[in-house]
Amino acid sequence: MSAVNAAGWRPEMGPAQHPAHENAPHLTASGDKGLMLEEPLIFELGKPGSTGVDIDASPRAVSPALAKFRRKEQAALPGLTEPETVRHYTRLSRQNYAIDLGPFPLGSCTMKHNPRLNEKVARMAGFADVHPLQPQQTVRGAYEVINELAHWLITLTGMHGVAMSPKAGAHGELCGVLCIKAALEARGEDRKVMLVPESAHGTNPATAAFAGFAIENIPATPEGRVDLGALKARLGPDVAGVMITNPNTCGLFEREMKAICDAVHAAGGYVYCDGANFNAIVAKVRPGDLGVDAMHINLHKTFSTPHGGGGPGSGPVVLSEALSPFGPLPFTARMADGVVHLVEEEDAGAMGHDRSFGRMAAFHGQMGMFTRALTYILSHGADGLRQVAEDAVLNANYVLRSLDGVLEAPFGASGPCMHEALFSDENFPEGFSTLDLAKGLIDEGFHPMTVYFPLVVHGAMLIEPTETESKAGLDRFIASMRSLAARARNADPSLKTAPHFAPRRRLDETQAARKPVLNWRGE
Amino acid sequence: MPRYFTKDHEWIDVEDDVGTVGITDYAQGQLGDITYVDLPAAGQWVKQGDAASVVDSVKAASDVYAPVGGEVTEANAALEDAPELVNTQAESGGWLYRIRLSDPGELGGLMDEAAYKAYVAEL
Repeated sequence: MSAVNAAGWRPEMGPAQHPAHENAPHLTASGDKGLMLEEPLIFELGKPGSTGVDIDASPRAVSPALAKFRRKEQAALPGLTEPETVRHYTRLSRQNYAIDLGPFPLGSCTMKHNPRLNEKVARMAGFADVHPLQPQQTVRGAYEVINELAHWLITLTGMHGVAMSPKAGAHGELCGVLCIKAALEARGEDRKVMLVPESAHGTNPATAAFAGFAIENIPATPEGRVDLGALKARLGPDVAGVMITNPNTCGLFEREMKAICDAVHAAGGYVYCDGANFNAIVAKVRPGDLGVDAMHINLHKTFSTPHGGGGPGSGPVVLSEALSPFGPLPFTARMADGVVHLVEEEDAGAMGHDRSFGRMAAFHGQMGMFTRALTYILSHGADGLRQVAEDAVLNANYVLRSLDGVLEAPFGASGPCMHEALFSDENFPEGFSTLDLAKGLIDEGFHPMTVYFPLVVHGAMLIEPTETESKAGLDRFIASMRSLAARARNADPSLKTAPHFAPRRRLDETQAARKPVLNWRGE
Repeated sequence: MPRYFTKDHEWIDVEDDVGTVGITDYAQGQLGDITYVDLPAAGQWVKQGDAASVVDSVKAASDVYAPVGGEVTEANAALEDAPELVNTQAESGGWLYRIRLSDPGELGGLMDEAAYKAYVAEL
């Protein structure tokens, strides 16, 4: 018996000790409960030395120079056959929750449905089997896709240019902030301060610090938006710019965005907009019209490419006319011969792009995500994208208002929310908190919402239903939320011990963080 | 030995020109179980209001702002192995660091215990 998984059940313990079946009348000898399957660690399965591959038992001759590195004892690898291995991971996967099983209301994450059409197109051989080091003339179609997607992103945001290579949202932020830094250096100015409002995503100050700026906070107004007066008061010759998340992480649109941008520009700074929540305003608002200088777009959110373990992120950054000359290489461009080329260092000068700050990645970006995002855009069209934004906002407001009087909504009075609804545990009795409600949601068969973020709200619960949930689906979720909120208000002790029906009961998150056990140490 | 409090829920005990800094019992209760404390190194200079320390809890990572400016003289080594001291003894054994005050005048902007209690009661 290993000490690693001491809280968990394992087969040799027998069904009587199964935590989920404690004193239950319907124990099974296997520990499985119908199709709810138990599963030990992979190291506890099979037997050492057995394998799913037919390998020659006698070791090959090892060259004398390497002989001293010959292994002296067996590697501690699990010994499973192929069917045992396949079953192990398939059984584990059934204990998981996924967007293909039900709603994933993680605020700030946009866990929406990934259309199957995207997958079909991405798997076409001409897209799936290309390599970045192929000769350019053999991948013209791939460059056309990148260029077409770039065109859509520029058009939808009303910006001047786009850097396609950043590999995720925060990578895109870094790209945008490095453009700001390069633009300031080109002006010969040494501005050291980046202003970040309280309503911004947590990655914003981290990005600015990584790029070498000092961070200063700008407070939020009581209604959850940037305090324009405080921002204006802080602007000056030492301020490089401001990073604003819009719609912000309280789920609110920054109505003063144009005034903010004008004030920052008048003081010689640049505006970075965190576009992670662009799905709430796509085809409704063009950030370029508001005066934004740089904004990343999470293709894996707004444009429905898989994420959250399902696929790599992709964070193209759209740039204003002022920042575009400093954007990274390489980029795609249609040249005099009528076809799209990848512009690298040797051609950048001729293209008038000789002030680039450098590169964000070895190649041009996440091709697999580009094909999916472009498929999504073309299958929706401009009118369909507008409906995406409208439905995302409608669904979030439906959740917000359906929980009126049940959960405290700190910014409920600030007008309609955007794509996500924010609640607090302010009205829970002593001893009950957001964590208990979130654990109860697991029993109800839903992935919990984002909890304890944003920090400006006590016990924050940030719910983003996304536009791909139907009204019937939302009603089921709301019914569960109302039931859980009532149990919390009535101080139901069984909520303190939830989840009761998950593969594992409530974990000791404190010990997991203080003394994590990350490897299997054997018997 | 006088104790002062900030609106951000730090406390500081001052003896001669050296202050001992921690977070209040109210703050640890709000943060939940603390899993890690990032402490400043001895010899580090901080300004009043700098995020000189970070407290990680199961909920969030929270900056701990320096109640006064000065030179850090010592960090609480016990917190490396037992960050839970900040939960169990927030206002005694769970102190974070000691600092030699560069300007004792900065204490004037802080609250005394009675004022802090009244401030917390309003939250």
